Amino acid sequence: MWKWLHPYAKAERAYKLCNTLLPYFVTVTAVCIAVGWIWGLAFAPADYQQKDSYRIIFIHVPSAILSMGAYSSMAIAAIVALVWQLRNAELAVIAIAPVGAAMTAIALITGAAWGKPMWGAWWVWDARLTSELILLFLYFGVLSLYHAFEDKKSGGRAACILAIVGVINLPIIHFSVEWWNTLHQGSTITKFDTSAIDSSMLWPLLINILGFAAFVGALSLVRLKNEILQVEKHRPWVRQLVSRG
Amino acid sequence: MQFESLSDFFHMGGYAFYVWLSFGSCAAILLGLVWASLNDAKRIKREVEAQMKREARIKQAQEEAKA
Repeated sequence: MWKWLHPYAKAERAYKLCNTLLPYFVTVTAVCIAVGWIWGLAFAPADYQQKDSYRIIFIHVPSAILSMGAYSSMAIAAIVALVWQLRNAELAVIAIAPVGAAMTAIALITGAAWGKPMWGAWWVWDARLTSELILLFLYFGVLSLYHAFEDKKSGGRAACILAIVGVINLPIIHFSVEWWNTLHQGSTITKFDTSAIDSSMLWPLLINILGFAAFVGALSLVRLKNEILQVEKHRPWVRQLVSRG
Repeated sequence: MQFESLSDFFHMGGYAFYVWLSFGSCAAILLGLVWASLNDAKRIKREVEAQMKREARIKQAQEEAKA
């Protein structure tokens, strides 16, 4: 496996791999988000209690799941970068962070816009909401730590360490609705029990989750390509690539 | 289709503001990040191109000075 993986440590190979993968991610994103939004907004039935306001679920839940999913991938990349000293993994950390921050911001904004009509408040200092806000600050911390160093090597290492330390926040977010008495409701979709949601609403939700996941993947690839070009810009292969147009 | 008419759809059963605020800000954030990322790619390629041209000019000037 190592023999097979090793060439991807080279920037050029990694860049080409990004290019190969990108069209698949873009296609899945476009199809799933288009289908998921139209289905969720126009065709899924209204909730018997929350009426049409519940339609926010179709972006709130996917973005919240992906805010944590992106953080996990970022932390895995950070471990790889620190243990095997792979610069591409370090660049992946920096590529994923803004995408994850966007997911977290969407989860918080849609949550506020859902909380106002249902709870009567845009924001409450509830355990779920607060831990999700901390996740947003962790993303900002990773990004600003990387850019705070003149020497990108120390900046990368510091950002990776913060990304790994911040993983402690993920179980806190996940279990916050069980550990504390929160206003935020418990999970709707569960892997092992039957979900507390009707299949007419579950399907568009799952499609949206897949679409958001593909979006995170696609945009991370685009950003990783940018980071690779940025650090390799004096190399001949980058110059060939640019002059080819 | 769950709605009788298009205006009914935009009305969202009275929750129009909250639903469209959510979907609107979501779309704005996603598209904004896509735009910024693609723009970065263009900027980096422009910078590399400018650097290549600069080096070519320096090389040419050196050759002219030699001749």
